[in-house]
Amino acid sequence: MKRLIVLRVVAKMLIPFMLLFALYVQFHGDFSPGGGFQAGVIGAAAIILYALIFGLPAARRLVPERLVETLLGAGVLLYGGVGLAGIALGGNYLDYFVLGRDPVSGQHRGIFWVEVGVALTVSAVMLEIFYLFAGRGHRFDE
Amino acid sequence: MSAEQLPALVVVAPLVAAPVALLARRALPAWMVATAACGFSFVAALALAVQVTSGGAVSYALGSWPPPWGIEYRVDVLSAFVLVLVSGVATVVAPFAWASASAELERERLYLFYALYCLCVAGLLGMTATGDAFNLFVFMEIASLSSYVLIALGRDRRALLSAYQYLVLGTIGATFYVIGIGLLYLMTGTLNMADMAARLSDISSTRPVLAALAFITVGVSLKLALFPLHLWLPNAYTYAPSAVTAFLAATGTKVSVYVLLRFYFGVFGTRIVLEELPMSQILLALSVVAIVTASLVALWQADLKRLLAYSSIAQIGYITLGISMASREGLTAAVVHLFNHGITKGALFLLVGGVALRAGHAGFDRLQGLARTMPLTSLGIVIAGLSLIGTPGTAGFVSKWYLVLGAIEAGRWWLAAFIVATSLIAVAYIWRFVEAAYLAPLGGATPRAGEAPAAMLVPAWILVAASVWFGFDTSYSVQGAARAAALLLQ
Amino acid sequence: MTAAASHYSYWITVLLMVAGLYIVIARGNLVKKLIGLSIFQTSVYLLYIAPGKLIGGTPPILAEGFRLYSNPLPHVLILTAIVVGVATLALGLAIVVRIREAYGSIEEDEILAADRAAERRPAESR
Repeated sequence: MKRLIVLRVVAKMLIPFMLLFALYVQFHGDFSPGGGFQAGVIGAAAIILYALIFGLPAARRLVPERLVETLLGAGVLLYGGVGLAGIALGGNYLDYFVLGRDPVSGQHRGIFWVEVGVALTVSAVMLEIFYLFAGRGHRFDE
Repeated sequence: MSAEQLPALVVVAPLVAAPVALLARRALPAWMVATAACGFSFVAALALAVQVTSGGAVSYALGSWPPPWGIEYRVDVLSAFVLVLVSGVATVVAPFAWASASAELERERLYLFYALYCLCVAGLLGMTATGDAFNLFVFMEIASLSSYVLIALGRDRRALLSAYQYLVLGTIGATFYVIGIGLLYLMTGTLNMADMAARLSDISSTRPVLAALAFITVGVSLKLALFPLHLWLPNAYTYAPSAVTAFLAATGTKVSVYVLLRFYFGVFGTRIVLEELPMSQILLALSVVAIVTASLVALWQADLKRLLAYSSIAQIGYITLGISMASREGLTAAVVHLFNHGITKGALFLLVGGVALRAGHAGFDRLQGLARTMPLTSLGIVIAGLSLIGTPGTAGFVSKWYLVLGAIEAGRWWLAAFIVATSLIAVAYIWRFVEAAYLAPLGGATPRAGEAPAAMLVPAWILVAASVWFGFDTSYSVQGAARAAALLLQ
Repeated sequence: MTAAASHYSYWITVLLMVAGLYIVIARGNLVKKLIGLSIFQTSVYLLYIAPGKLIGGTPPILAEGFRLYSNPLPHVLILTAIVVGVATLALGLAIVVRIREAYGSIEEDEILAADRAAERRPAESR
């Protein structure tokens, strides 16, 4: 699909906004529908769109598989780490109340980092699944 | 970190170890992390077992949200007992996996194996520790999804098909379970098991609750391979890598039995399940059929690993038989057999894994005269086999003893005779191994490379020794089981 | 409206559940089986979500002028169940890809026939 100029131009215009929207959904998750799951999927969809238009090798150069795997683990570890931080600060596992000066700010801080972990893992899993299926058997558009 | 945090830490240690093993990217550090996490969980489970035996059940509010609003982890005598079994077997199998999986899997991807192993352990421990019905579903899926992958890693291409079949049946089972939970949630508005039990007492005969009971029974029975829902088990156990078979056979179905016990006695209550509905008759009939047919089918298998897989279905029949009695002796037998069969079958599959490493697979054509080339392995299989039969002086005897006692207590002499008679079929299939390994001349296909490496033999013999130890010293296993049975019948 | 008609979401749930289960059992194609499995799982999403919604209810955020709130908990539970469903489907398809590479087919009867043929000639299958 490299030669289809309409698709290429539209994709180039869309992808930055998709990534920006992913960040909006991520950080506005405290006040409106949204959060890590949705943001992660939207962010991964932007990269997958890039791979569909510009080819899998180009996407792999942009986001290498090694990085995807690292993000996948790092996200889960971040989630688990927030939980353990609750224990370290004298609360229970996944206790957000003790993470800030007062319970409300603690809740904000806890859910913020947990959602970052979720977003990292979800987007990495989506990309990893896409890479694994697309990279198997016949290669498209190479 | 104080002792109060143990119910969470026992699950979190392997759960956090999984991404660490993934990030390590190399086999050796990944394996070290996995083993350390399993060992930590084992120590934590033992500490918890001591704590709940003296001080009663421990409740842990995840995220400091008090139950029933937050997710509660609740460890009582029964769950501590199962936690010790799962984490103990995981700790013993981990060193075995280093030698066995290194030989069976690609070296570059070995770290992924350990990450999945940690996830599976965390899932099973989570299912046991949690007191929240939906949280249990999530952990069930963590354990199931990782075990599908672990089974698909087997060398034979048939491993792929058996993993696929297990995936389809396992997902149907988990979905049935979650449908049951959905109906219970509609009726009670809570997901906390203790809270659910309290609210169910008034409405326990309404149709949605009975439908929920049916869905949960079928779903969990699929997971624990109750006859006739066992079809996924023989292939999955036969073609999975040796370490995976040993771990899943010793723990996977046992945790599902625990879930069944929890729901029958902890949530629905004895009255509705076993007195108003014919559940105990149904369970009794299915158990009897399972024991007979699976033992007979095991007799005709050409592969020792497959033979043991069918024997597992029969042994699960003994456990459900104990549950169907719904008496103190019956439940004690069920819980103690859950433990004894876990370590016995774990030992057998570990030893067979050693044979498979040397011979490629464990078909009976490779076992002719095995006692001459692998004496320690053969001896171990015979000793653990005796425990499987239920010979006095082994762990298997203890559980069969309580089962017979329970049957006599209920006035069912035919059942006691049946239990003894079916043990003879187990003698027959263990004899097939003795005949091949000890009496037959050395066969052409028998491996001649000598014993399996010590890293595999030592863990296997630890479990063999345990299956003898718990035949003599029943203070932990039987007393723990008796306390658990008393708790269930309260 | 009668009870049967006003509880139409349950009818849809049952329909999806049975249809999905039927596809899993009746179809021999491994991908079609997975599609059936997904439909079957989808019925559970509806079973949880539909009773949580009150007609005229708003999201449970306390504000002036709103009295009726929908239950948010089923949504959270089902979000988890959806993730589990996606993971199961992805894993199932990945195993099907590997089966296709190993057997050259994704029809269950052909695969079983290939296994039986290989068992009759044990030397070649190992």
